[in-house]
Formats: sequence, C-alpha cells, structure tokens
Amino acid sequence: MRYEAVIGLEVHAQMLTDAKIFCGCSTKFGSEPNTQTCPVCIGMPGVLPVLNKKVLEFAIKTGIATNCKISPYSRFARKNYFYPDLPKGYQISQYELPICEYGNVEIVVDGEIKKIGITRIHMEEDAGKNIHEGGGNYSFVDLNRTGVPLMEIVSEPDIRSPLEAIEYMKKLRTILRYLGVCDGNMEQGSLRCDANVSVRPLGQKEFGIKTEIKNLNSFKFVEKALEYEIKRQIKILDEGGRIEQETRLWNTERGITEPMRSKEEAHDYRYFPEPDLVPITVEQRWIDEINESLPELPDKKRHRFVSGYGLPEYDSDLLTSEKPLADWFEMAVSLGGQPKAISNWIMGDLMRFLNEDTKTIEECPLKPKQLVDMLKLIENGTISGKIAKTVFQEIYKTGKDAEIIVKEKGLVQISDSGAIEKAVDDMIAKNPKEVERFKGGEEKLMGFFVGQVMKLTKGKANPQMVNELLKKKLS
Amino acid sequence: MLNFNNKSKVFIEFETENQQLNHDNSTEENRLKLYSLTISEVRDLLERKEVSVKDVVTSIYERIDAVEDRVTAFVTITKDEALKIADRVQEKITSENIKSTTSLLGIPLAIKDNMCTKGIRTTCSSKILSNFIPPYESTVTSRLIEQGYVLVGKTNLDEFAMGSSTENSGFHITKNPWDLESIPGGSSGGSAAAVAADECIAALGSDTGGSIRQPAALCGVVGLKPTYGRVSRYGLVAFASSLDQIGPITKNVQDSAILMNIISGHDPLDSTSAPLPVPDFTAVLGQDMKGIKIGIPKEYFIEGMDREVGISVRDSIKKLDSLGAIPVEVSLPRTGYAVATYYVLATSEASSNLARYDGVKYGFRAEGKDLMDTYLNTRAQGFGAEVKRRIMLGTYALSSGYYEAYYKKAQQVRTLIKRDFEEAFKAVDVIVTPTSPTAAFKVGEKTADPLQMYLSDIFTISVNLAGVPGISIPCGFTSHNLPIGLQIIGNHFDEESILKVAYAYEQSTDWHKRRPNL
Ligand SMILES: [Zn+2]
Repeated sequence: MRYEAVIGLEVHAQMLTDAKIFCGCSTKFGSEPNTQTCPVCIGMPGVLPVLNKKVLEFAIKTGIATNCKISPYSRFARKNYFYPDLPKGYQISQYELPICEYGNVEIVVDGEIKKIGITRIHMEEDAGKNIHEGGGNYSFVDLNRTGVPLMEIVSEPDIRSPLEAIEYMKKLRTILRYLGVCDGNMEQGSLRCDANVSVRPLGQKEFGIKTEIKNLNSFKFVEKALEYEIKRQIKILDEGGRIEQETRLWNTERGITEPMRSKEEAHDYRYFPEPDLVPITVEQRWIDEINESLPELPDKKRHRFVSGYGLPEYDSDLLTSEKPLADWFEMAVSLGGQPKAISNWIMGDLMRFLNEDTKTIEECPLKPKQLVDMLKLIENGTISGKIAKTVFQEIYKTGKDAEIIVKEKGLVQISDSGAIEKAVDDMIAKNPKEVERFKGGEEKLMGFFVGQVMKLTKGKANPQMVNELLKKKLS
Repeated sequence: MLNFNNKSKVFIEFETENQQLNHDNSTEENRLKLYSLTISEVRDLLERKEVSVKDVVTSIYERIDAVEDRVTAFVTITKDEALKIADRVQEKITSENIKSTTSLLGIPLAIKDNMCTKGIRTTCSSKILSNFIPPYESTVTSRLIEQGYVLVGKTNLDEFAMGSSTENSGFHITKNPWDLESIPGGSSGGSAAAVAADECIAALGSDTGGSIRQPAALCGVVGLKPTYGRVSRYGLVAFASSLDQIGPITKNVQDSAILMNIISGHDPLDSTSAPLPVPDFTAVLGQDMKGIKIGIPKEYFIEGMDREVGISVRDSIKKLDSLGAIPVEVSLPRTGYAVATYYVLATSEASSNLARYDGVKYGFRAEGKDLMDTYLNTRAQGFGAEVKRRIMLGTYALSSGYYEAYYKKAQQVRTLIKRDFEEAFKAVDVIVTPTSPTAAFKVGEKTADPLQMYLSDIFTISVNLAGVPGISIPCGFTSHNLPIGLQIIGNHFDEESILKVAYAYEQSTDWHKRRPNL
C-alpha cells in the first residue's frame, strides 16, 4: 500500500528582545549562571509578572507577516508542572485566546508554490536549564534563560513530506529574521521545533494516529527524524500493527526516534487563565502602525525580483532568503550591474567563498560596487569571463578593486589581433599532427586548439578572437 | 424586614451604658498610655513635640512585653530595628522640622507576615518559609517606609492566609484579646489582635475571602478591604491572586482613611493594580448622611446567624436611618453560591501559586532519595493540613476532565455574583450586612469541621468575588462581651462612600472606644 505522511510543526522561536518577557533582566546568551536573574524571574514569593510590551509587538509583527488574524483580546494562562528549571512551578504561556490565529505562509517545493496554514502563534516564557556536571548526586540549575520570551508557532497538519517540513522551517526562519524578531540560530536553540507525524493510506481522508517528536534543533535532524518516523510508522501499519500515540525523542547517535519515558509525558498541565496579568487588548490602530513599520517581506520581495529584474523563481527565492543578501543584490543592481549577471556571481563564487569562510553576507569583504566594476571590465573587453574568476577571487581575498588587480597582475585581455595571430601560428606549428587530424574531419579538436592558444597567452587572449582566427587559419 | 423586638433594644441600651462607663474610667489612664492612641492622635502629639518617636515606640514595646505572651499576635518582633528607625525618624522631625500631619513619621505599625519586608523574615506562618528572608520590599510597605513608619513586627496568620481563625498558623495560635480562650478570627488574626490589644497603633492585613474584615469584627476594630486593584499586591505572598487585596486594620475609621491614602494607587510592578487617581479618603469623613441609600440584602439575614449579631446589625441599620440614610431592601440572589464558588476558585489559584515552594530554591527542604522524593517530603512536611487540603482541592478542580465542571463553572458563577452587585448598586450607595454570622468562637471549636469554618466567611466572600470594597466596623457586643462587626460594602472604587457611612456611624456610637481588659 502507498502511504502519505501528515505533518504539523510546533516551532519555538526565541525573541530578540533585550529584556525578558516579565521582568527587566537581560536576555543575553552565555553569561555566568544565575547572573541575569531577579526576584520575578526566579519565582520568589509575592512577586508579579509585568508584560514586556516589545514581546507583544514582536508577536504581532510575526502574526502580520504570516497572514494571521491578530486577536483584539487575548490572555495568558498558566501551564502547571514541577521541574527544578521552572522556578514558579508553572510556565506563563497562552492557551485559550492566543495573540495570533488563522495564518499561512508560502513555500516553494519543486518550483510549485504551496500554502501551509498557521493555526496559532502564542507568547510564553522559556524555562531555565538543569546542568548535570560535577559527578555528584546532584544537579545545578541556571535560571538565566528563565523568562526569556518565546513564540510558539503552530502549523496546521498541511505538511506532506520531510522536504516540505524543511522548506516551511526555512521560510519561517527567513520571515523571523527579516522582522528582526528572532535570530533563527538553531545551534544556540533560538529556533527549535516539535513535530506531529502520522501516516495514512494515499487517498484516505481521516488522519492516522500521530506521534510527537520533541525538541528537534537543526534542519538536518528535522529531516532525518521525520524520514525515520514515517518509515517506522509505515512499517508498523504494513505489518498490521497499530501506532501508539506517544511522545518520542530523536536519538542523534543512533539515528532513530524512541519513546520518551512515560513518566515524563504523563502531564496534566492544568491550564487556567493567569490571574496576575490582565487580559491583553490590542487596538487596531497599533496593529496598523506595526504593519506600516514592517520591512518588505520575503514573498513579496521574491515576486518583485521575478517581475522587476526578470530573474528566474529559483534565483529570486535564494536571493530573498536573507534580507541582507537581497539588499546586497539590489545595491549592486542600483550601481548599474546587469541583474542576472549579478545573481550568477552571487549564487556561484560568492556563496561558495562565504560558505567556505562561514561568513555571512554582512561580513563579506567584497562590496557590491567592486562586483559591478568588475562586470564593467568584462563588458568592455578588458578582461575575459575566465580571467574574471581569478579577479573576483583576488577582490574577495584582498579587498582591492578589480582594476588594480588587473593592472598589478597583468591580466588585461589580449585583443591585439597581431599578438593573437602570432600565438595561433605558434600553436599550429607546434601541433602538426592534430592539425592534420582536424583537417581530416576530427572537429572536436577545436576545443584543444583554443586551450593551447589560451595557454600560450596565459589565458589573456580574447576567446572570441582566438576562435575566429583559428577557424580562418584551419579552414 | 426591619422589625426589632423590645428585648434586643433593652440589651443594646444596657451595653451602651456599660461601654460608656468603661470609657470614662480609662480616659485618664489612656493619656499616659501612648500605645492606646490612634494614628491621628500620635501624629498630633509628635507634631506638638509633646512626645518623641522613641516615647511612642517604647510604649508599644512595653505594651507588647505586658500582653504579648497572652495574645501571641506576632511571628516576629522587630524591636531593635524599630528603635533604630525611631532615632532616625526623630532626627528627621527635629532637624528638618517636618510636620507629621500628612505622613506616618514615627507611627508604629504591625504588618501581616505575608507581606515581604526586605531583610526581615517573612514566613506566611508556614514552616515551608520559616527561614525565608526576602531580598525585596513589598510595594505597600515601601510606601509606608517612604512615609516614615516604624515596623513593630510581623503578625501571625493562618498559614498562607488560609483560614478564618488563625489556628492554621504553622507556629502558634493567636488569642482574641477580648477573650483569651477564643480565636481572633483570620486569616489576619495576628494583625487584628495586635490592634485590639494595643500592641501597635494600626496594622495591615490581607483579605482574600474576609481575612481583614472577619478578624476586625471579631476583635472589635476597623478593617477595610479595598476594591480589587486599588492597592498593589507586589510583595504580598499570593494565596488567590484574583481575590487577594491588602488593607488597613485600625482603631477607628479615620485611621483607615489615612492608611488608604498612603497604600492606594497604581503600581507599575502589579499589572492588576488600577491606573486610577486616588482621592483623599479623609476628605469624605464627616460629610452629611442625608439621602444616602443603604441597601439591606435580604439573603444575608439568614438562619444560623447568631441572634445577638442579628440584633446588633439591625440596630445599626436603625442608627444609620436616624442619621438621615435611607434603608432600601436589595437582593443579591446568587449569595447562596458564593462559598462554593470561592472555594473552587481560591483553591485552584492557590494550588498553582504554592507550587513554587518545592524545596529547590529557598525555604524549607526535606531531602529525599531523588527529585520526586524531595518534592514530596518537602511539601508533605512543610505545609500544614489546611494548606494541603486546599492544594488538593484546587488541583482537582483544575484537572483535565474536571476543569469545565468546577473551575470554569465557578468563573461563570463569579461573573453572575459580580452582576448581582452591579444591579444592587444601581439602586443604593452602599450595602450593609453583618461581617460574620457569629462573634468569636472558642479555640478548637471548629477545627474538626472545615465546612463549618468555611461558613465563617459567608458574608464576606461575595465581596472578594465581586471585587468591590468592604469595611467592618464595631457595632455592638454580645452578652459575653465579644465584639460584633458591621460590614459596609461599596461599589467598585468607591471606598469613599463606605468610609463616609462608617465614619458617620462610628461618630454616633462608642463601640470603637471600648478596649479589652488585658
Ligand atoms: Zn528577572
């Protein structure tokens, strides 16, 4: 039987606010344990939470960017459970009445656009961290992270494959980074996700029994865990078994999902409205103000790149995946570069160099103007496209402008027909056998001849002229 | 409904005479006894420089030395610190020639031990917080500090404010100064007893279902629960967050207004505190009562109410009538659901509020073989029986499968109770009821029967559910010489009306001047 996977993701995004969600403590990552705490975030008796308005603003921004309805009236709730990293014995979250609902985002899979529904986005506080070290019969608790604001973005079960899941995650990450509400850093845990997975026979309407895979903190793990889990479920069904509804964890070392100990998941969270915080009322005027302040969002930008610059969907999708990258591209275009040529250089050599150096586009030593200047040298025939590759690498390495590099290294293209003719003649003299064979009909040797001429001219000969001269001399 | 039998009248008159005698005998003595004065009286003396702050503070501690071993109103007495503050405050008065009339400069007050005081142990009368010293000050006490008050000590309460007799304290019980074999009411029993026994000039209590008003009634003093949101809860150790409110317990209505002026107002640290301007509550004292409509809810004069309490309250209504007020019968039809609603909501919130006492971060810890064991041991040994009972009740009410039937239903009923009051206040300015169905009962009398104990708050609970303000003032005594309290309830953020009515009543009677014989 053929099966179809049904996947829904719950993405937790750590918000980029300076202060925590309910107190004034810093959210900085990596400080000494328990140095960013106060009576409020460590749950001392009698203290009260006060909502950081920035958190609400960030949630609304995200809601608008994902086409959600922003609730004019929403509220916080308490999620009750005992754990040492949860100092109050409950997490302040949202349950009924979240801040955003009924949204969607577009993903591009195999050139096709697909909409993934967003059920809800809610705000909540992060817990602390238990640290198990020192070997004794005890653990440490670091409460620096306690109260750091999180958004939970819950998708509809609209995702049908691990690839779609990845594309959806990437799209969310792109949107969050565009908005500046989350850095999307998965290694540091600022973006992590839980996945709900089930499978059903192709064509069946009803959902199968689902499992939840907790705490996936990289795109790779999301993909691998989903692939594994789908296969596991299909195997069980094919053997006539039943899927157990349960929470599972991805075991990175063994590359499998495995059930969480039942004790850890047997929670009744006893949600109820948080009485220490008044319900949140959001005025339409504020939503409008926030809306106006938003940057151009990735989907809109992508459409504009296609229609405005004549770029293919593929190029546009890649160039708009990060706002600084799109900005880099547009800066180059505005300086007079040809859009597709710029796109090619970015997607080719530039991305490769940046990846090798694990640099972001913002840290790129090669500036848009330098690329555009180099493109002009190609256009006016000063350098060949081939030489340009060398020049480009030199600009990237040294930061020097193309013209200087070309001069210093003597990379100017030879367009003097006399010099090229001499080189062609030398080549013909050195390779009489090959010339014989060419004349005998072995036409593919033309490439070899061009290569030999370029070698003699150290790659500087104008390739078009070489071609023309060779054709003339050998015919 | 306002029919009074002759017998009760005779009784009241007799009591009044008796009270008058008492008062006359003690006036001369009281002049020398600074501890027996009110806030405004102490202020006057300090301002006229007839006494020093040290005189006042010393007098209070002499009084404490004399009676505290019998009353046991305090959990912590902060004498050394108080004397130091007294010196500092005195210097301020002398050197800067500050007039004390608008402040609390040098006034010794007692604070219920569920309000956090920086550097001073704050226990909630619970073993689980017996060693807890807050590194922060509650907003109310910060405001008192700004006004130059002197902290006498932290008063006893039912553990985590859960109770109506102060017998649930994890440390010791507090006695009613009027009868040392009786309870002082609760949960602010320590504060009410300390005020009644003159161990402080006034005190702060907290009221979740009657915890200020009921002990004030049982101890013959004035207790005011402000509108929910009028006073910041920051630093008040939470019992039930949507019901808790801090308020003054004082010897008369004027002092209540004075303290309300200081503790009221929005606090950026408490989102549930109302961003509303605070009126001068003393300005309404002495205003004319003519035309004020006094609602008498028919559902409050129930069977099971003590006969003498009923008589006193009816007499009080008659008194208000004679002062120019107009008694009007009103109905609060959902009154019968209040106790059940309260015990579902308050315990639900409490079950969550008290989760933080887990032995991990601060307070008492009973080490176990693993984490779960430590949790269980800590909470089993750290909490008393009543607290555990309420945590279990609340946990149950919030549990999946029961939430709709209990918590959610109770929230809906709460809305209806609130609406009852809104309806009633369309027709009247204030509502008058007994504060408690009985006067103080004997120690141990109701401890075996939690339900009976819960009914002590039957007249006060609705006020918390509705979020409206209520005051209890002395309105008579039983034949056993135990105080009876009159509750005056106002509309949202209309503490002025209840203070005005309370003051008019008080000024026309002498109940508040009577003192227990200790
Ligand atoms: Zn903090």
